[in-house]
Amino acid sequence: MSMTTLPLVFINLGGEMLYILDQRLRAQKTAEDNTQKVMNDIIATMFNKAFMEELLKPQDVYSHRALRTVLTRLAHASIMRLNQASMDRLYELMVMAFKYQLLLCPRPRDLLLISYNHIDAIREFVRNTPSVLNQVDETHRKIIEVYTPLSDGELQLLRQTLLIFLQDMHVRVSFFLKDKVQNPNGRFVLSTTGPVPHGTEVPGLIRVFSRSGREIKRLEFPTEGNYTSSIRVGSFELFGDRVIRFGTNMYSATPPEETHTSKNYSQKTNSEPNPLAKEELNLLARLMGRMEILNQNNDSEIGFRVSLFSTEQEEKDIVASGRSGDPSFEVINIQATQDTQVNKELARIAGEFTKEVEEPEPPDGPSNKGEDLLTMMDELV
Amino acid sequence: MTFHAKVELSLWLQRTRDDLKMYHKEKSIQIKSSASALYNNLSVLRIAPRNLTYFSVVHANMVNMVSASWDGLNYSHRQLQSKEPNVTTSSSLIMQAAWCVLPYREILVLTSQKGIQMYESDGSIMVYWHALDTPETPTAQAVFARGIAAVRDKYICVGISSGSVLVFDVPSKGSNITLSEVLEEHKESITDMASECSGSLECIADLVSADDSGNLSVWKSGEDFQLLNKIPGFDMSCSSVKLWKGTVVAGYGTGQIRLYEAITGIIHAEINAHARWIYSLDIAPFSGLLLSAAEDSLVRVWHLTVTPETNSVEIVHMYNECVTDTQICGAKFCDGDGYAFAVTGYDLSEIIRYTQA
Repeated sequence: MSMTTLPLVFINLGGEMLYILDQRLRAQKTAEDNTQKVMNDIIATMFNKAFMEELLKPQDVYSHRALRTVLTRLAHASIMRLNQASMDRLYELMVMAFKYQLLLCPRPRDLLLISYNHIDAIREFVRNTPSVLNQVDETHRKIIEVYTPLSDGELQLLRQTLLIFLQDMHVRVSFFLKDKVQNPNGRFVLSTTGPVPHGTEVPGLIRVFSRSGREIKRLEFPTEGNYTSSIRVGSFELFGDRVIRFGTNMYSATPPEETHTSKNYSQKTNSEPNPLAKEELNLLARLMGRMEILNQNNDSEIGFRVSLFSTEQEEKDIVASGRSGDPSFEVINIQATQDTQVNKELARIAGEFTKEVEEPEPPDGPSNKGEDLLTMMDELV
Repeated sequence: MTFHAKVELSLWLQRTRDDLKMYHKEKSIQIKSSASALYNNLSVLRIAPRNLTYFSVVHANMVNMVSASWDGLNYSHRQLQSKEPNVTTSSSLIMQAAWCVLPYREILVLTSQKGIQMYESDGSIMVYWHALDTPETPTAQAVFARGIAAVRDKYICVGISSGSVLVFDVPSKGSNITLSEVLEEHKESITDMASECSGSLECIADLVSADDSGNLSVWKSGEDFQLLNKIPGFDMSCSSVKLWKGTVVAGYGTGQIRLYEAITGIIHAEINAHARWIYSLDIAPFSGLLLSAAEDSLVRVWHLTVTPETNSVEIVHMYNECVTDTQICGAKFCDGDGYAFAVTGYDLSEIIRYTQA
């Protein structure tokens, strides 16, 4: 299967994560400075040159566990701390949004436009921080360079690889349910109306040719769909109108309560048969570079609490519905704390990411790095 | 009443009277895990002497096999895993699984990122394993095998991501299967392959191979396979292909189906069949019914008439079935007349079946 999925995975999932964090921080009326700092820190880490280079190396897509670990690290590059359960819920939301985009994307090539929508929005978030903005632009150029030459067949293979990765995930998202893009069983609605993708003809016509290639007959057949001609194609350049809406910030206009997720408990979860393979750990270790997990003890709870997914009133409502026996909704509470000591340490590390330093290989071999990472992950879980 | 008039009347009646629909939904078969989004992700083997039909559906690194008795009372399941050297449990993804019907035996072929596995038809014993050349460090170009066809009496042909087609020589029994030839014609990844399925010995062309740029190659089998013709694509992937009575039926990512005369490459017809990428085509060789299925949730049934004497081909639309909210990835007739067909969809853990009333 495709070996070049990871950069798109991170841009799209990371993008969704940023949309959610941005919306929640604003909903909580967090100070503008703090919001900006959180966004800058995460984006700077995500678009760090070394990080991106690692992602661009041909490799299989990560397991869910590995991906979640890396995304948690990304979120923790900011001044927020998310507990494991909250991170899991955030991950589900990001993943379901990405699955929705992948599934409904009209042509495989449109996956690039979806990615560029995310990058465009990310650019907006950091428009006042030139150094990070520059990183985003550079990464965008690299992505264009790598993915533009791929054929439609190769892009479909990439999409199929990601669809396999997202298979069997049917977490219900209240935002999607309300908009009727997701059914109560967690499956997305596939419409049989609307414009056909660019390059496809509206179904319904049979053309018959003579042996010399001249069209001699036209027949129509009933199609059971209601399709119209394709609309104009979006821009694949650094800047431009992407035309398709998938990948844009769907949370910016929504009220805070619509980012609930609920598990359908009757479905079986996609469990990994093996723990992370050594190889995967090595990849992760390289990816994270010098980034160490800080502050395992979240004792010092000074600073702002961010309840990412419900306001107080909704919590009461949800608890009420819980008592009435509806097991299908969980209260999702994402708590973030600010710690001044952590702040300083993070500022130092964030500083390291903006420099391009070729540090010598530490004396530890890859297997030791792997074990360190395992320990770190155990502490997380 | 002309044939066309009959079809028109039938279609009109179908729209107005449910009991006159050409096909009706039957009880689905549950499978152990959901179908993956892969081209041609359903294979069917009818075993008339035992009143059984086998189905196989790929899920990531596994194949779900179901054996269904015709009375609908007995179902038995088996799961086959992908294989790779030096590893007990392989996570390598399977691209396709298909039964190859040869005169004396039926072989179940699995193609994956690591190689090609061949089993006795019930999946009980692996009779052959061919490892693909995989580079030490992964390259951007993906490596996998995809595209499976049984050709004439003794060949099984399998396509590779590089564009090569491997030709295996299969004895009438046992595991002495050998790689007989490698056909290097395609430059893009093979997507699907099909052999002449009419049973007619008069057809010169035995095999057609399709690739990611839509190029089709038409072959004659033998000790050395001979390239008879190349039909150029238009830079659009041909995801599914069939060969019947010397006519190539090709389904594309644009949702179009094209009919070509295999030997000459002359185009007979072009159908704007689907609004999304076509994932599966099948032909019922005794009746000429054609099945097409795509990501647009639609399965369509057509009727193909090929008259070799006049070199003419006719295609008529017969039936539509919308599988709600499903991106279809496999659709096959369950018998040579097209009396019944089965469908799989991405993320669905069932095989949906339809039969003529």
